[in-house]
Amino acid sequence: MTGKDPRAIIRMQDVTKFFGSFQALKGITTTINEGEFFSLLGPSGCGKTTLLRMIAGFDEPTDGAIYIGDEPMAGIPANQRPTNMVFQSYAIFPHLNVADNVGYGLKRKRMSRAEIAAEVEKSLAMVDLAGYGKRAAHELSGGQRQRVALARALVMRPKVVLLDEPLSALDKKLREQMQVELRQLQQSIGITFILVTHDQEEALIMSDRIAVMFEGQIEQVATPEQLYRHPVSRRVASFIGVMTLLDARATAQPGNTVRVDIPALGTVDLPAARVPEGIDLAKVEKIGVHPEMLTILQDEHETAERVVEAEVASRSYYGDMTYYSVLLPGANAPATISMRNTFGRSVIDPGAKVKVGWGQDSIILFK
Amino acid sequence: MRLSREGRQGLTLISPTLAYALVMLAAPLTMVVTFSFWTQNYLDLDTTLTLDNYREAWGTPIYQVLLLRSLKISLIVTFVTVLLAFPVAYFLSFKVKRRKALWLFLITIPFWTSYLLRVFLWKVILGYNGVLNSALMGMGFIDEPMTFLLYNLNAVVLTLAHAWAPFAILPIFVALEKIDRSLLEAAEDLGDGKIRQFFRVTLPLAMPGVVASTLIVLIPTIGDFITPKLVGGTDGLMIANMIQIQFGKANNAPLGAALAITSMLVVASISVVIFLAGKKFGGKVE
Ligand SMILES: Nc1ncnc2c1ncn2[C@@H]1O[C@H](COP(=O)(O)OP(=O)(O)OP(=O)(O)O)[C@@H](O)[C@H]1O
Ligand SMILES: [Mg+2]
Repeated sequence: MTGKDPRAIIRMQDVTKFFGSFQALKGITTTINEGEFFSLLGPSGCGKTTLLRMIAGFDEPTDGAIYIGDEPMAGIPANQRPTNMVFQSYAIFPHLNVADNVGYGLKRKRMSRAEIAAEVEKSLAMVDLAGYGKRAAHELSGGQRQRVALARALVMRPKVVLLDEPLSALDKKLREQMQVELRQLQQSIGITFILVTHDQEEALIMSDRIAVMFEGQIEQVATPEQLYRHPVSRRVASFIGVMTLLDARATAQPGNTVRVDIPALGTVDLPAARVPEGIDLAKVEKIGVHPEMLTILQDEHETAERVVEAEVASRSYYGDMTYYSVLLPGANAPATISMRNTFGRSVIDPGAKVKVGWGQDSIILFK
Repeated sequence: MRLSREGRQGLTLISPTLAYALVMLAAPLTMVVTFSFWTQNYLDLDTTLTLDNYREAWGTPIYQVLLLRSLKISLIVTFVTVLLAFPVAYFLSFKVKRRKALWLFLITIPFWTSYLLRVFLWKVILGYNGVLNSALMGMGFIDEPMTFLLYNLNAVVLTLAHAWAPFAILPIFVALEKIDRSLLEAAEDLGDGKIRQFFRVTLPLAMPGVVASTLIVLIPTIGDFITPKLVGGTDGLMIANMIQIQFGKANNAPLGAALAITSMLVVASISVVIFLAGKKFGGKVE
């Protein structure tokens, strides 16, 4: 969704927050573009909600500045900001029906009843709840409450919609469905969404860009693919998906390449593009490998860039996939390998000796 | 009638209470209702059914005056009490962050003394030679004791409002505590300032508590006869005093019963009106 010339809609400059002597945010500086689906991802307590609430205006930064569309937000209360929030608990007014909930914010604007009703209906249709206006709040299912909360925010035509873990209260199936729907809706209306989540899969599925936070700081801002393929640190990597860590040594080579020596796999030369900027090669002790970046070769004809001998220690069968724990020679802990159970492939029993294929692309170097 | 297992269990659980309620509430009530259709002939009762008592109760000016005055007093008391209780409950629920239990405890302290004692205390405060008059005279604000303090309607209102305040605070406090604070943030997010948030979210959601408080204060105050007797003087007397007189000195229990039933019906219908009004204003809350 980011156009050729992405225009910043939100800018944060050294945003810091203290709760008493506890520092919840330690200098957040980042930019969110217009029309972007931006996620704040991080473990519990890292300050995601705190940051979102300061964008919404429920809290003021201790230090630093937040700009929305070039306007500094300091001192502007939540009810005067061009943002609307979808609360984690949805905060549906229990004493109002669906239409009155959605139209709540419009009553303040100079609009006739008929205009409000039309806007409400349009907004309900957008979230697939056309005709639900007369329903009482307590007659809604979890998914419907979530949609009402979204319609109530969208009807205000905000510059930015803020969502604090909006799907965490839904069951798995509904959550997956809503992830896709929410993403499609955001793309069709083109409003900037900022999503707070601690679910890495959700962030990967929905976002244009993701900011990964730890302990009040942003560690990496990247597209889902960049983030998954090139996490800058072990912390980020361990938070995004499953990853095996293997002992390694790295040394600079002439021609800007880096030689990585991994006892469990072998030695490989990585081109400059695969090496994170500002890395201190002397400090590299581990490299990371995603489960799908190793493969178990099953017959003679299958080949790979590089091959090592290994032994299957255990397996977890998921139907479409099997996750193997494999003992690589010289490694002190098993590596995880995921295999699709596609045609021509059988599930391998623990104890079997196998050939494991890997390549230069399998290796992830961290800062 | 066949009951489910759960139904039977439930019935077993409440049956002692139910039996007690039946004996202590339904039995006397039936008696009073029956009485109200009988006639007192000096020492014995004429048990032929008649509506004469009701005719007298509803037709005689003195009873009408007393009933209307009782209504007026209890409505004023209720209004004043709930109006004063709301800010206290609001403060407790929204502004007190720590030690809420301690504050609630402090509110109940007046209840450690008996109701009668508290009424007497007001007598001591408001009396001709009372604390208030003495203090004001001592400080030179007034030359002679004020007489309008005690033995009138105001004194009854003041005493009753004080006596019932904690009962009014607690239901409102509970209703306010139950309000999800994110609802107020949602209202703010959608453009409302503090005052609008209060009238569009807080108050409607506190309505069940306000209605409960109103009924809790209104219903017993109409029937109160101790306070008016002790601090009300002659123009502070209420219908309950008259009922007491009919059952006692006047020895006309059937008329007393008819008066009691009448005031009960009036209270009941007012309660229903208040309940419905509260429901309408508060909207449909789960
Ligand atoms: N009002 C507050 N007073 C004191 N500390 C607070 C307050 N709000 C948040 N904190 C602290 O700030 C830190 C960040 O909290 P925040 O709610 O932003 O976390 P989060 O990233 O949203 O976590 P979660 O995923 O669990 O929601 C936490 O350690 C929390 O205890
Ligand atoms: Mg949070």
